[in-house]
Amino acid sequence: MHEISLMESVIALIEDQRRVQDFSRVRTIRLQVGALGHAEPAALHFCFSAVAHGTIAEGATLEIDMVPGQGRCPACGELVALDDRFAPCPGCANPHVRMTAGDELRLAELEVE
Amino acid sequence: MCTLCGCSTAVLAAHPDREPPAHDHAHTHDHDHAHAHPHGTIDFGNGPAGVHIPGLSQERTIRIERDILSKNDAFAATNRARLRNVGVFALNFVSSPGSGKTSLLVRMIGDLKQRWPIAVVEGDQQTSRDADRIRATGAPAVQVNTGKGCHLDAHMVGHALDHLPLAPGGLLFIENVGNLVCPAAFDLGEAHKVVVLSVTEGEDKPLKYPGMFAAADLMLLNKSDLLPHLEFDVGACIASALSVNPRIQILTVSARTGEGLAAFYSWIEGRAAAMTGQAAAVG
Repeated sequence: MHEISLMESVIALIEDQRRVQDFSRVRTIRLQVGALGHAEPAALHFCFSAVAHGTIAEGATLEIDMVPGQGRCPACGELVALDDRFAPCPGCANPHVRMTAGDELRLAELEVE
Repeated sequence: MCTLCGCSTAVLAAHPDREPPAHDHAHTHDHDHAHAHPHGTIDFGNGPAGVHIPGLSQERTIRIERDILSKNDAFAATNRARLRNVGVFALNFVSSPGSGKTSLLVRMIGDLKQRWPIAVVEGDQQTSRDADRIRATGAPAVQVNTGKGCHLDAHMVGHALDHLPLAPGGLLFIENVGNLVCPAAFDLGEAHKVVVLSVTEGEDKPLKYPGMFAAADLMLLNKSDLLPHLEFDVGACIASALSVNPRIQILTVSARTGEGLAAFYSWIEGRAAAMTGQAAAVG
């Protein structure tokens, strides 16, 4: 259940921000999560509700933007959509497409007051 | 400051060397103020972050753009620098439970302790049984119990390093929690991840748990002494590992008989020498 660790890390990053910025409440937390990564959005939501209690993030809405998978084919040079991490190039079938997007795990922004 | 125990062991750093990820999401990047926008930068400079909604003037949006694992990565960078400065070559052993990681380490320590000073970090949810087995070989070991946690993180390993003798030119073996999923995401500061797969598991495991095999630089196919008793297709297993990670190196070994371990020790020697050489070149 590493989603718990991930959401604890998100809250730690928010606590860091509170020390730098001046806010008392977080309304919305917006994450970018890669569709081909290892974090499951439903589990992130579930774990968030478990770990946010008693923190600055309690009561905030968690929004997760999924980042679709994308890769660069080393053979034909095309930027292609990837439905799975090790999918071959849909154009030329080269099996070694280098993933360029879809592995994100980022805290993108906060709406605070 | 560490959020887990309140200690101050790491300095957080942004990652300017990261390639900005391409992305596609619903919210707009339009703001009424200018800022440099390669992702990977932290941008929270100019007061209210540009979203002005009538009636909600006290609300603002702060762009953070930080990797969720950035804290772990900062601890890992600290561990890596510390190990490199001392000249310790660290391997992070990952696998499912029961692949034979601890038996492999016990064997390796017996074979290598005259050649290199060796220290071990043992990760398990509970008990110090594995560290006890390691200490019985004469090597110093620290047991990290992760409790409910399913993986070691860099912060835990940093604390473990405080309790181990780190000898110049030595080896550090980190035995991660038996789990083929979560430890893939957590850099501990090691030089390489080594994934151990035993021949009593399925040969298609790299396809089922691709993240871990993609993250590792070396795969050890362990328990080769059992192959005569099993219908395990070594070729198919190697093919499935290479299909998820074309760069992975693969050695077939047996912790019980020692088969294949000489090649693994040569690999360690070569990689450790390369690391020491690089450290010397850097200064």
